[in-house]
Amino acid sequence: MLKVYDIDVQSRLLLGTARYPSPSILAEAVRRSKTEIVTVSLRRETSGGKSGGAFFELIRDLGVRVLPNTAGCHSVKEAVLTAKMARDVFRTDWIKLEVIGHHDTLQPDVFGLVEAARILTGEGFKVFPYTTDDLVVAERLLEAGCRVLMPWCAPIGSAMGPVNPTALKSFRAHFPDVPLIVDAGIGRPSHAAEVMERGYDAVLLNTAVAGAGDPAAMAEAFALAIAAGRLAHKAVPLEPRDMAVPSTPVIGKAVFS
Amino acid sequence: MRILVKGAGVAGLTVAWQLYRHGFDVTIHERAEKVGQGASGFAGGMLAPWCERESAEEPVLTLGRLAADWWEAALPGHVQRRGTLVVAGGRDAGELDRFARRTSGWEWLDEQAIAALEPNLAGRFRKALFFRQEAHLDPRKALSALTAGLEEARMRFLFGPGDGAAHHDRVVDCTGAARIGHVPNLRGVRGEMLRLETSDISLSRPVRLLHPRHPIYIVPRERNHFMVGATMIESDDAGPITARSLMELLNAAYALHPAFGEARLVDTGAGIRPAYPDNLPQVTEEGDTLHVNGLYRHGFLLAPAMAGEVARRLLAGHAQPERMAS
Repeated sequence: MLKVYDIDVQSRLLLGTARYPSPSILAEAVRRSKTEIVTVSLRRETSGGKSGGAFFELIRDLGVRVLPNTAGCHSVKEAVLTAKMARDVFRTDWIKLEVIGHHDTLQPDVFGLVEAARILTGEGFKVFPYTTDDLVVAERLLEAGCRVLMPWCAPIGSAMGPVNPTALKSFRAHFPDVPLIVDAGIGRPSHAAEVMERGYDAVLLNTAVAGAGDPAAMAEAFALAIAAGRLAHKAVPLEPRDMAVPSTPVIGKAVFS
Repeated sequence: MRILVKGAGVAGLTVAWQLYRHGFDVTIHERAEKVGQGASGFAGGMLAPWCERESAEEPVLTLGRLAADWWEAALPGHVQRRGTLVVAGGRDAGELDRFARRTSGWEWLDEQAIAALEPNLAGRFRKALFFRQEAHLDPRKALSALTAGLEEARMRFLFGPGDGAAHHDRVVDCTGAARIGHVPNLRGVRGEMLRLETSDISLSRPVRLLHPRHPIYIVPRERNHFMVGATMIESDDAGPITARSLMELLNAAYALHPAFGEARLVDTGAGIRPAYPDNLPQVTEEGDTLHVNGLYRHGFLLAPAMAGEVARRLLAGHAQPERMAS
């Protein structure tokens, strides 16, 4: 069981809600993935309509916990404002904090991220920071009051999978007791299985599911891969070697070569 | 049998036209001052069901492939059957492969074939997808022409507040986004667009520029005008276009061809597309009212099929047309 901010969840898959072909397909993907947490981005005009956001009604009707996010925010002020709006709309103190530093790569502005995290935790938010795999930044985020870390494994939406396994390994080793959720860069279920095998606690996905030919089937495929990766981690996988090792014992053979 | 059609956007006018053709006596009531004041007036007017199938479900293709013929029959000369060109920038070439995997009815074009089709795009893209069977029309001209045709046929138009006091037997509600909040699960999807004017470049057909974040289309119109659209935002806020959306649409137009950098920005617009959770339209019945709604971003593409469905239901419901079918 995964525990984030004192909440127990069974599913180790967190699913984004953007860019599905339709809300019906999103709902089907949520159902088949068995996810218990979905992230939703809040744009200012989204909440400006007369019906108070029919899309948000649909999200609330999914019956899962909502983790609002500050996707697309490029400054501390904007992120803090969006987090407060999200708290009102979804009545939750959870916030997935994104402060984007670079328009093209969507790389987090880690300085702004730490500052915004400090402000928001000070106001009672439970912050899930989207960060890089930089250890020092991660330490600062913990100092700022974050109890979960969400490092990328590749740029958002890039579908490249883990581009720096060494960094992911040392990140996990450095923070053995902090829930670590890989956020961004996962393209395929095998990528998700890989980070889970490496001991990460959960995976957050959006584009890899929403952009698939059959999003609902892909959501289920990810759920299976994440469960398999988690099971493999607990089962303690082998470490790679640079030479062959016979899988059949050779004791008793007449001649050793 | 007298029919009151509420709403004079693409759905209402298409339904009115279809019912008039079946011999019904039709009155059209529109709350606004004139026709096409909702989302229809901001539409791209692309009759592109093969391209739309990239993210839409199968009915959009099966119903939408009949649209070009319907419009051509209703408004001869309005439909341009020149296909759709789909391109992607160098870094986004993978998007083109993905688009191809999810659609049908296309052929690959190389640089030379692109240049032959759209000389102004020569040398700008190494490959493209060409959807030969697709068509487009100018939405505002089409709506005006349908209105003129209906008026000529002595169908009545009522404008302004009220609900059209004329006596009627059945109502067809085509008021689209105005029903949001009254119909469960109907939501608004905001779309923003802009119009550019330049004589430095010409295009013969709609061009879609794929981009992982902001896919856009540019539809050539008469008099060196180009319609650039459209954003897709989960909201029923009908306020003016945001600076961010304007910037993104203009960026994409500039990426398609730098000549758009010198174009004049003629106007911008934002419309609310009504949509059901599966983003497919529906005809529903409630008392003596038929509702056509949920046309989403497929108004011109799917309104003809919905109009056909409305006519079938009214004819099947023992309704005798007032006049002989013309």
